[in-house]
Amino acid sequence: MPQSKAATPKMELKDVAKSFGDKHVLRGVTLSVAPQESMVVIGGSGTGKSVLLKSILSILKPEEGSIKIDGEETVGLRGARRDEHLAKFGMLFQGSALFDSLTVWQNVAFKLIQAQHMPRKQAKEKAIETLASVGLATDVGELYPAELSGGMQKRVALARAIVSSPEIVFFDEPTTGLDPIMADVINELIVKCVKERGITALSITHDMASARKIADRIAMLHEGQIIWEGHHSEIDSSGNAYVDQFIHGRAEGPIKMQVRHL
Amino acid sequence: MNFLALIGRTFLHFLQATGQFIWFLGTTLCHTFRRPWYWGQIGKQVIDIGYYSLPVVGLTALFTGMVLALQSHSGFSRFDAESAIPTVVVLSITRELGPVMAGLMVAGRIGAAIAAELGTMRVTEQIDALTTLSTNPYKYLIAPRLLAATFMMPVLVLISDIIGVFGGFLVSVYRLEFNASNYLHQTWEYLEFTDVTSGLWKAATFGAIVAMMGCYNGFNSKGGAQGVGAATTNAVVSASILILISNYLLTGSLFATK
Ligand SMILES: Nc1ncnc2c1ncn2[C@@H]1O[C@H](COP(=O)(O)OP(=O)(O)OP(=O)(O)O)[C@@H](O)[C@H]1O
Ligand SMILES: [Mg+2]
Repeated sequence: MPQSKAATPKMELKDVAKSFGDKHVLRGVTLSVAPQESMVVIGGSGTGKSVLLKSILSILKPEEGSIKIDGEETVGLRGARRDEHLAKFGMLFQGSALFDSLTVWQNVAFKLIQAQHMPRKQAKEKAIETLASVGLATDVGELYPAELSGGMQKRVALARAIVSSPEIVFFDEPTTGLDPIMADVINELIVKCVKERGITALSITHDMASARKIADRIAMLHEGQIIWEGHHSEIDSSGNAYVDQFIHGRAEGPIKMQVRHL
Repeated sequence: MNFLALIGRTFLHFLQATGQFIWFLGTTLCHTFRRPWYWGQIGKQVIDIGYYSLPVVGLTALFTGMVLALQSHSGFSRFDAESAIPTVVVLSITRELGPVMAGLMVAGRIGAAIAAELGTMRVTEQIDALTTLSTNPYKYLIAPRLLAATFMMPVLVLISDIIGVFGGFLVSVYRLEFNASNYLHQTWEYLEFTDVTSGLWKAATFGAIVAMMGCYNGFNSKGGAQGVGAATTNAVVSASILILISNYLLTGSLFATK
């Protein structure tokens, strides 16, 4: 498996396994992401991509394996150490997970105000600024999440994930539900975050155009394991039948969909 | 055979749930007494639990006091003991009916609301989102509700005691033709300080029960709208039952010494 050049990887997963009851979702995921690298994980629906992110965040507890962030083991961390670990991350949830009791700007400024104790006024300015960078006007800030469209909610969630300049950001399907133009704006925003702010990004997407654009490296998750990993330019010549089937979106191939034909 | 297995399984399930709840309670208490405190959240819950519950709790107390005067009158008039009505009303309200009725009403109003809100937050991943925003959900969501319910219930019950006694007073004076100042005098005559305070201790306990049942069921709910519905039902039912049980136990321990 190709290894990144940097001495200590930002994130290093080794044989991570997670099951729900007798359903084995992750069966030994090994993946390493270098600092300031943008990694994209692709894979079929329900293969455990979101579970993978939640395991790294220790929202879910993997049964086996090791997850190292900056060389430090994080599986089983508790209390203040866990808080410290979590403070490094920003996360865009697949379902946005906005707080519906707070307005849009309060959602975006949440971490700034509650955890970093930034004065409200300053935090609001920063939130509005970040909202603008995802293409949302100032007056959207005063609305509640329930008053937004799905794509707008996604962008608010994206703003909330990056506003506090975390070291590592997870994007769970950042462009799903957006029109192609806005999707590209978001792609560029992610690229900009990585290049200019020096964050390490781990994204999940089904959108190959987006993957090609934001990824330094691409990994494919299938049946609970990383079956291919490589530079984004190598994806068309991977020589891996699974990857080929996935990126070309063919129904025929080694990946069998559990469907009954009508 | 099958029946025994069922009993065994139910018992194990009960033990597991109890253990899980005790763990939850311990974690909550740890976080409740340690910084940071989210004063904004605490204030919001105080208003929600204390202030907005006043109408329903007050109305309950008013009618309880009124019916108590009527009922004790029809009973006591059989042996010419009408003069005991003010004492019966005030003691029943402060020691029993004030806290218990308020507790049950708050269980329905607040317990359900807490469970539904936290349950929805759980299934829409808002609670997970909180942790990724460096905010501990026990501190931000649960501790404020526990504190607000525990401290506001005695306040609510104190007010409802007054309203309940007033209800009895109204019925006695305007319907049963008591002398107003006599009635008030009688009310004070045999009332002891501990009658009120014991009711307030109960109230604080019931408040904590309602908050914990709401939070526990909401926080651990799963499975979408249906799961949230089940959590809400469980929160109200378990809080109500625990209120009635703990009321008996508290009455035993608070009043038995005398
Ligand atoms: N909390 C949970 N309890 C039980 N099973 C779960 C839970 N979370 C996820 N799963 C299961 O784990 C598997 C992977 O889920 P996951 O959400 O990671 O999929 P995904 O790869 O993100 O898919 P998608 O691309 O559709 O978002 C699914 O089969 C799902 O049923
Ligand atoms: Mg997913």
